[in-house]
Amino acid sequence: MNLKKQFMDGLLYQNPVLVQVLGMCSTMAITTSFFNGLGMGLAVTVILTLSNIIISAIRKIVPDKIRIAMFIVVIAGFVTMVDLFLQAFVPALAESLGVFIPLIVVNCIILGRAEAFSYKNGVVASFFDGVFQGIGYTLVLLAMCIIRELLGAGTFGGGLLAGGKGIQIIPSQFPAGMLTLPVGGFLVLGCLIAAMQWALSKSKK
Amino acid sequence: MEQITNLLAITLGAVLANNFIFSQFLGICPFLGVSKKVDTAVGMGVAVTFVMGLASAITWLVNLLLVQLGLEYMQTVAFILVIASLVQFIEMFLQKAMPTLYTALGVYLPLITTNCAVLGVALLNIQNNYNFIESVVYGITGGLGFLLAIVLFASIRERLVFAEYPKAFEGFPIALITAGLMALAFMGFSGLKIW
Repeated sequence: MNLKKQFMDGLLYQNPVLVQVLGMCSTMAITTSFFNGLGMGLAVTVILTLSNIIISAIRKIVPDKIRIAMFIVVIAGFVTMVDLFLQAFVPALAESLGVFIPLIVVNCIILGRAEAFSYKNGVVASFFDGVFQGIGYTLVLLAMCIIRELLGAGTFGGGLLAGGKGIQIIPSQFPAGMLTLPVGGFLVLGCLIAAMQWALSKSKK
Repeated sequence: MEQITNLLAITLGAVLANNFIFSQFLGICPFLGVSKKVDTAVGMGVAVTFVMGLASAITWLVNLLLVQLGLEYMQTVAFILVIASLVQFIEMFLQKAMPTLYTALGVYLPLITTNCAVLGVALLNIQNNYNFIESVVYGITGGLGFLLAIVLFASIRERLVFAEYPKAFEGFPIALITAGLMALAFMGFSGLKIW
């Protein structure tokens, strides 16, 4: 087990969104305000960690042929728990994320890590893998949120700071509202992945 | 008559104004993954349309059962199991009945299980309180919207091979930028939101 390598992989070299290009739907759909991004990131991190632990614990008794079905059942169970938890304690977040919370079930990051990592590794390593990959995902979400919110609405920390409106940084007549629309999701993520590819190719040289 | 206008509104919305890919961000993974060639894109689109229509019908009935039993909180688990077994069933059926189509779809068929458009349409049907017919129409037309989007996108991507762009944009970034521009074009349809 190599903690430092796992950490760097999760955040940079094997970042779930920017390098493995998994879980695109939620990344683009909900990154319109800081609050959404943080909530979604934490929810996915928790579910990813828990399902990684369980899947790695039961990996020896699950027959190879039905493993995908088993993964999905485990993940769906945790997603339902988180969904109910959010509805009960953070209803504002549950409402603004809407259908994308139950859709975490089909978020390829979680199934992808189950298949690629926790089905082959021990419980402790899988736990850390879940945490680090989750943090990597959350960081990308937050970066997307900050860029889209700042350029699209001119605010920072929407849904969380200054009574939910966020702090106005760019006066409200200047921002390009397009960036908070679906278009912005595609464009910002495209540029982020390009920047990542550029940085990785630099660091290899 | 009112029913027909309503269904028409759902159709227009699902195909153009509220396109699953460009305005709701559902089904992005296969959209990016299976759009390098027009032929495979068509196959994927047709398969997704079929599964979405069928899944809408079955999950609507399953939800009816869950409500009867007071088990609404099991929705997500029940739906994903229904979809997974549905896809498996279709795979076995095609393998026996239409082997040519089966080989053409290849690996994309099992991948439909994790297509968020399928689970998404099932959940949205319930959220929007659609009745049975509306659900099925929404499922099928949502699939057609996906088909339209992925075929258009694949034909652009085929031409992108000859385009010149910075090296860092190779692969997914340029695809995302292209999709972003298409989303911008699809925003023009937002005037069609009748309801």
